[in-house]
Amino acid sequence: MPMAAADIEALIVAGIPDARVEITDLAGDGDHYAARVVSASFAGQPRIKQHQAVYAALGDRMGGVLHALQLTTAVE
Amino acid sequence: MTDQTQERIAGLVNGADVLLFMKGSPLFPQCGFSSRAIAILQHLNVEFDSVDVLQDQEVRQGIKAYSDWPTIPQLYVKGEFVGGSDIMMEMYESGELAQLFADQGVTPA
Repeated sequence: MPMAAADIEALIVAGIPDARVEITDLAGDGDHYAARVVSASFAGQPRIKQHQAVYAALGDRMGGVLHALQLTTAVE
Repeated sequence: MTDQTQERIAGLVNGADVLLFMKGSPLFPQCGFSSRAIAILQHLNVEFDSVDVLQDQEVRQGIKAYSDWPTIPQLYVKGEFVGGSDIMMEMYESGELAQLFADQGVTPA
């Protein structure tokens, strides 16, 4: 089941309240997205931890319905 | 994950300097992300081993708990989890991945 871009963004912001999220629908099929997440909370964290924070916000959807999310993170 | 699966994964991870858990094989990657990971490793010209998780359901599920990472591919260098294909791409573009391999004394292919 694909997910709407707005739902992905809402989940990320629920988990990381100060996050600025840009979602791009890569294939136009509601199934292949790129997400860029910028947050001050990432400061001082290695990239793995930044990605894990986003994955935690997405819960078990990541790797499941969201098997094709291309993720970029950056510090505010 | 059973202890046995955990042990098997630990054995795989510690048994190769550079190990990629992927879908498919280096010659026939079965998803775009795995294909991208292979391309990066080949560009950096390092010797690596790979595990095809599609051939082993226990490893396919177990590796996600082992690394606390929900997706495949996953790159390990000297037993340490580095990240998935997005992190590999970011590190490749910034030169960090080449630096990591150099620092770890990884064998060129």
